[in-house]
Amino acid sequence: MTPSSFVKLDGVAKRWNGQLGVEGISLDIPEGSFTALLGPSGCGKSTTLRLLAGLELPDEGTISIDGKDVTTSAASDRNLSMVFQSYALFPHLSVAENVVFGLKVRRVSKKERQVKLHRALEITGLLGYERRKPGELSGGQRQRVALARAIVAGQRLCLMDEPLSNLDAKLRNAVRKDIKKLQRDLGITVVYVTHDQTEAMSMADTVVLMKDGHIQQIGSPDDLYSRPNNTFVAEFVGAPPMALIDATAFASVFDNSATVGIRAENIQIVPSGQGRLRCVVTESEFLGAETLIGLDHAGASGLCVLKPGLAMVAEGSEIDIDFQDESLHVFDADGQRLTG
Amino acid sequence: MSAHANLERRRQAIYGWLLLSPAAVLLTLFAFYPSIATLWSSLFSRGTRRRPSEFVGGENYTDLFADPTFWLVVKNNLLYAGVTIPVSIFIALSMALWANSKISARGFVRTAYFTPTVLPMIAAANLWLFFYTPGLGVLDQIGSVFGLPSVNWLGQPETALWAIIIVTIWKEAGFFMIFYLAALQTIPEDLKEAADIEGASRWTYTRRIVLPLLMPTTLFIAVNAIINSVKLIDHLFILTKGGPSDASKLILYYIWEMAFAFFDAPSAAAMTIMVIAVLGVVAAVQFFYLDRRTHYQ
Repeated sequence: MTPSSFVKLDGVAKRWNGQLGVEGISLDIPEGSFTALLGPSGCGKSTTLRLLAGLELPDEGTISIDGKDVTTSAASDRNLSMVFQSYALFPHLSVAENVVFGLKVRRVSKKERQVKLHRALEITGLLGYERRKPGELSGGQRQRVALARAIVAGQRLCLMDEPLSNLDAKLRNAVRKDIKKLQRDLGITVVYVTHDQTEAMSMADTVVLMKDGHIQQIGSPDDLYSRPNNTFVAEFVGAPPMALIDATAFASVFDNSATVGIRAENIQIVPSGQGRLRCVVTESEFLGAETLIGLDHAGASGLCVLKPGLAMVAEGSEIDIDFQDESLHVFDADGQRLTG
Repeated sequence: MSAHANLERRRQAIYGWLLLSPAAVLLTLFAFYPSIATLWSSLFSRGTRRRPSEFVGGENYTDLFADPTFWLVVKNNLLYAGVTIPVSIFIALSMALWANSKISARGFVRTAYFTPTVLPMIAAANLWLFFYTPGLGVLDQIGSVFGLPSVNWLGQPETALWAIIIVTIWKEAGFFMIFYLAALQTIPEDLKEAADIEGASRWTYTRRIVLPLLMPTTLFIAVNAIINSVKLIDHLFILTKGGPSDASKLILYYIWEMAFAFFDAPSAAAMTIMVIAVLGVVAAVQFFYLDRRTHYQ
């Protein structure tokens, strides 16, 4: 087995009472990488993770971890750890007992347990909290306990199911960096489920974007942002997302294209009469370093433009915009990308 | 400033007392006053037409301690409590763990377990009379198929109390199971999953996670079971009337007998006071000692 596929999913499908769960999931995850499963609610990303964890068994396909076929293995035989969205801490056990629970179950000696516990708490900055109960900790601290529990056993694969979704925005940013650093320092392989594209884009080496149980695109954050496979990816990734314009709305140079996409940063406001599209301003949103101006045009959706600094434009006023052909993304009638 | 604060504090105090008063009135009327009245009357002799009752201090208590029936009844009640409480809790917990798992006909199983609770104790006792009656009873019928001799379960001192104990367990286990079921449903599913991933077996998960999380419920049930072991005597009236030769007599039945069959109210009052004292000690142990060792969510 080459190191290029530490975790391998091949044609995995899971259905519930005939309803679609996930279908045709094939993934290769190299060791030591950070993979994010991204997608809207109900897209099957959590299901994929649970299949990987062994909490669900697939109806089709095979799963292997570290060269071992684990398709039907019990969760405990897969040598992985998991961080749950709710943290799933045992409320009656102290922080220390929570962290070493798995070690105790696996009959690790008391001395070794102490050493590993100390190290895990040190890494997660929880020293001094050993005797607290989860109920006496803040959300961020509980989250770190869950992390400590996941890393204490030294498993090489760690699954995380939206671990940051219960934290407030500021804490989320801090913990995001912590998790990324932790993953690098320990050299573990992380599969991370999130619906927040910022998380996925900023942390992951590889992003797997899913929708309705199918994988839409697998690639680096840059791939997803700069070369979206289809209009769904284009509209999901990026803030603001890519604007889609009906190809007939302006003099197009592309053959058989149905839709073209363009990112806000590639649009320029030009003096009246010199642009390729004339739009109506619907809103101006001041973001600090720049102002996001929402535009409305009959043949386009999600059109907006960024202006540096505070630059509010009156609602309802008409402005002309221009863009270069090179910065356009071209999609066919089915929404698939046409050219590189 | 401080005048305002004082006014506010006084208003809060009045508000607090108003909220307390309904409970305080009811408890005083129906719990504190009767208890004290009972204590008071236990210190007087039994009045007859010729000799009016007079203050005798602890004489009623010393009389009771000299009464062998009293000690037999105490022994019966201790055995009754010592068997029914742990056994019914254990059965309730086992049934709840089973009825909470993913089995078919789960609704039916739950209803079946709960049925004895819905029956009034008198009806349940009548039902069990059909089991225990020598000759006609179901137990004897089954026994006769295997050629076993007829046994008068309720009519002999060796078996009467045990027959009563079984009826009580049958009646209580289903009731306690409902509490366990409710508590089990509050344990999040992902704790099981987290334990699975850590490699905990089903038994380890039950012992290390589920049972500790059920402790508040167990404590609550234990309190109820102890109270019931003193209070629940309805079936004695139907099944044995405390007999034969006091073999199945429990303390509350004896109190009732004293007060309303032998018309010895002071002795009954003295016994009542002792029951209250014992229950008070038990409650204190539960709430001051066990409570501290129990995890509440």
